Amino acid sequence: MVTVQDYAIDIPPTWCPGCGDFGIWNALKRAFAEADIAPHEVMMVTGIGCGSKMNDYMHVTGLHGLHGRPVPIATGFKLANQDMKVICVHGDGDGYGEGGNHFLHAARRNIGIVDLIENNHVYGLTKGQYSPTSPSGFETKTSPQGALEKPVSPLALAISQGATFVARGFSMDISRLASLIVEALGHRGYALIDVMQPCVTFMRAMSYEWYRERRYYVEDEDHDPGDRMAAMERALEFPGGDRIPMGIIYRTESEASYEGKLPTLQEKALVKQPLQTRPLEDYDELLREFI
Amino acid sequence: MSTTDVSFCIGGEAGQGVQSSGAGFAQAMTRGGLHVFGTPSYYSRIRGGHNFFIIRVSDEPVYAVKDKINVLLALDDTSVLEHIDDLVTEGVIVADEGVEVPEGLVEGRAVRVVQAPLADIAEEHGSSVMMNTATLALTAGLVGFDLQHILSVIADNFAALGEDIVKANEQVAKDAYALAGEDFSDISTWRVEARQAPERLIIDVNHAFGMGCLMGGCKFVSGYPMTPASSVLEYMAQHADAWGMVVKHAEDELAAVNMCVGAGHAGVRAMTCTSGGGFDLMTEGLSLAGMTETPVVVYLAQRPGPATGLATRTAQGDLNLALYASHGEYPRVVLAPHTPEEAFRCGQRALNIAEKYQCVVIVLSDNYNANSLWSVDAGEFDPQQVEIDRGKMLDEEALEAIDVYHRYAFTPDGVSPRALPGSHPQAVYLATGNEHRENGHITEDPEISAAMLDKRMRKLDGARTEIQAPFTYGPSEAEITFLSWGSSYGPVHEAMKRCNAGGTPANMVHFVDLWPFPVEETKEILDGARELIDVEGNGTAQFASLLYGQTGIEVDKKILKYDGRPFTPEYIMEKIKEA
Repeated sequence: MVTVQDYAIDIPPTWCPGCGDFGIWNALKRAFAEADIAPHEVMMVTGIGCGSKMNDYMHVTGLHGLHGRPVPIATGFKLANQDMKVICVHGDGDGYGEGGNHFLHAARRNIGIVDLIENNHVYGLTKGQYSPTSPSGFETKTSPQGALEKPVSPLALAISQGATFVARGFSMDISRLASLIVEALGHRGYALIDVMQPCVTFMRAMSYEWYRERRYYVEDEDHDPGDRMAAMERALEFPGGDRIPMGIIYRTESEASYEGKLPTLQEKALVKQPLQTRPLEDYDELLREFI
Repeated sequence: MSTTDVSFCIGGEAGQGVQSSGAGFAQAMTRGGLHVFGTPSYYSRIRGGHNFFIIRVSDEPVYAVKDKINVLLALDDTSVLEHIDDLVTEGVIVADEGVEVPEGLVEGRAVRVVQAPLADIAEEHGSSVMMNTATLALTAGLVGFDLQHILSVIADNFAALGEDIVKANEQVAKDAYALAGEDFSDISTWRVEARQAPERLIIDVNHAFGMGCLMGGCKFVSGYPMTPASSVLEYMAQHADAWGMVVKHAEDELAAVNMCVGAGHAGVRAMTCTSGGGFDLMTEGLSLAGMTETPVVVYLAQRPGPATGLATRTAQGDLNLALYASHGEYPRVVLAPHTPEEAFRCGQRALNIAEKYQCVVIVLSDNYNANSLWSVDAGEFDPQQVEIDRGKMLDEEALEAIDVYHRYAFTPDGVSPRALPGSHPQAVYLATGNEHRENGHITEDPEISAAMLDKRMRKLDGARTEIQAPFTYGPSEAEITFLSWGSSYGPVHEAMKRCNAGGTPANMVHFVDLWPFPVEETKEILDGARELIDVEGNGTAQFASLLYGQTGIEVDKKILKYDGRPFTPEYIMEKIKEA
């Protein structure tokens, strides 16, 4: 049995006291233990940002890459080794800003990765600039006149692009977040979890209290996650409205994953296949094409 | 028998099948036992604009086109106007009766015009589109080339379009070919007869590189289409299912290179292909490969820049990009194959070197090489000769035997044995783009940081042992020594031959392996050389700077070309004469 302790490492996080990342950190370890996935069976790909240091603070197979690029790295990894669970953990600037294009394409591609976005609505590591999910009017050092753009609407975006698992969690509701991660790890295809988390240093306006007052879980309100239009309505509630829907907003299991559609990957993970797939005599066929 | 060295030029509008006709004609000539070199010149348009394809055939291997052509196959009026000045004395124009060949233009020129009802023949058996087939077949007839090879190429290349199309084209070819004997016997001064020869491929550098990678165990390709590299991505995609590869057309080059990092890190041989602009976007991803010591192969097919430059033309302007593109420092290997057979070998070498030294390998080519067709002996592409070396990898047994696995362990040669993620409970480690400790976790420790950079760069000492000395051609004693790299090989080689034939002893030192630079070998080879002439397709002599920086050797003269067109032997000969 895998336990939370299996993921422990002697490297203390450098996050600010009270940071939402601690909740996500605990939820991840709890989810892996709950799903009985050992540290060598999961690949955690992260980007750049406070929360992207997640795999430095865990005993887990990890790749801490570049800002905005964890999704393509994870995609390449999954296509090479589909036997491992692959999870991306990165922030809203990384996932919805720098990596926004990859987000759209991963969703419509239905590649079998979990994409956990730590959405604190602000840039933490670079010290307080506004992010793609910051509310309009948010005044920061790079938006002295207040943010002029509307915030990205990640859940609606994912649903519209054909994502097959779209969820939202809250860093303080650790056990509910862990359950969402477990569900996502079991999903076939791309699974987005947008995680609301406070930044206690740079986004004081959106505090723990602020989130607690607004969040609700869709399963408590008779929501059918299989209904795409109903999911879209829930997704559009935030940003924009005063209620923040949480839980599994949309889920369909009717679609094959991208890797599941590739003939090469039907029987074995690519990394477990021989480098030269066919007997050497066969390779003369390749020459015939040019004669 | 007199020496054969005949150049054909097929010209027409985009959409008239200039490209496929040229390739088909080159293929037929290769099947007929001739040495062939063909190169297209086209604009990035779907229809309209003037396209042409030059095919040179000879008794001897040929690697370049000449400025002059012997036979012009004009599929439209523009081709006549554009290329009549390119014809040699007694050159022949072959065209349909409907193509306008202005009398005023022909008058006073020693050219011969063959106009025949080629469009009518095409329409009689099929449609006017088949006029290109008629023109090729008539030309074959005029030079006495065996029709059988034209017919066999038609049968093979049109098979996918159905039996009717094959039959129609065959009839068109037969009728047009017959006209040569009936109406135009003895019009051509040149004979191009089929002969016995070893089996040869007609292939370009892009496809040869792709085939080399495929045979060399490439399992993963991600790329984004960009001229002139796209045909590598297409070739790999077409062969993915049958040959056990995953090929991903990514959303952009950022994704393409990072997918390669992910796949390479997982433990499969990964390659991406692009041109300069796409490579620019990949630069950050390559630095991640450098920092995480992930094997990645990048095929960089150059075209003129900056920005979009001349999108469908050629250049050698990205040497510095390949050598230096990076923030910070990391080891890399740069190879620039000059022929299809070398590109085939470079595909396998690149994959081996990338894994052995856990580094980025860049293979440089360019539009000229990517699209030119060479006839090459089939023996050069022998699957039995392919060697695969994955370098230091830890298997299950080795991992069982150690206490704690350190992915980035300090080693004398800088190469830390690789354990693939997921392969064993011991193989749990972090790879990060941040500076890190031996166990992979992030550090800012100054001593470890410096030691880690040293460790990574030390891998170049090993990689250096994989580097080939430059290739030398011509007599050992010479008045002129040409220096070249990559695709300028063909034209320079021919210019060298002409120098020697003209009484000026010349030789040539050609570089395929560019980084780590073969310093000692180069110094030794160039010791005692009299006049060094650097020939490269850029405006700032990037190779000459590299040579000087690495060896202190200064070239005496630079012949540079940066107009988007490839070198020709004539151009080089002319520039030598200029003081």
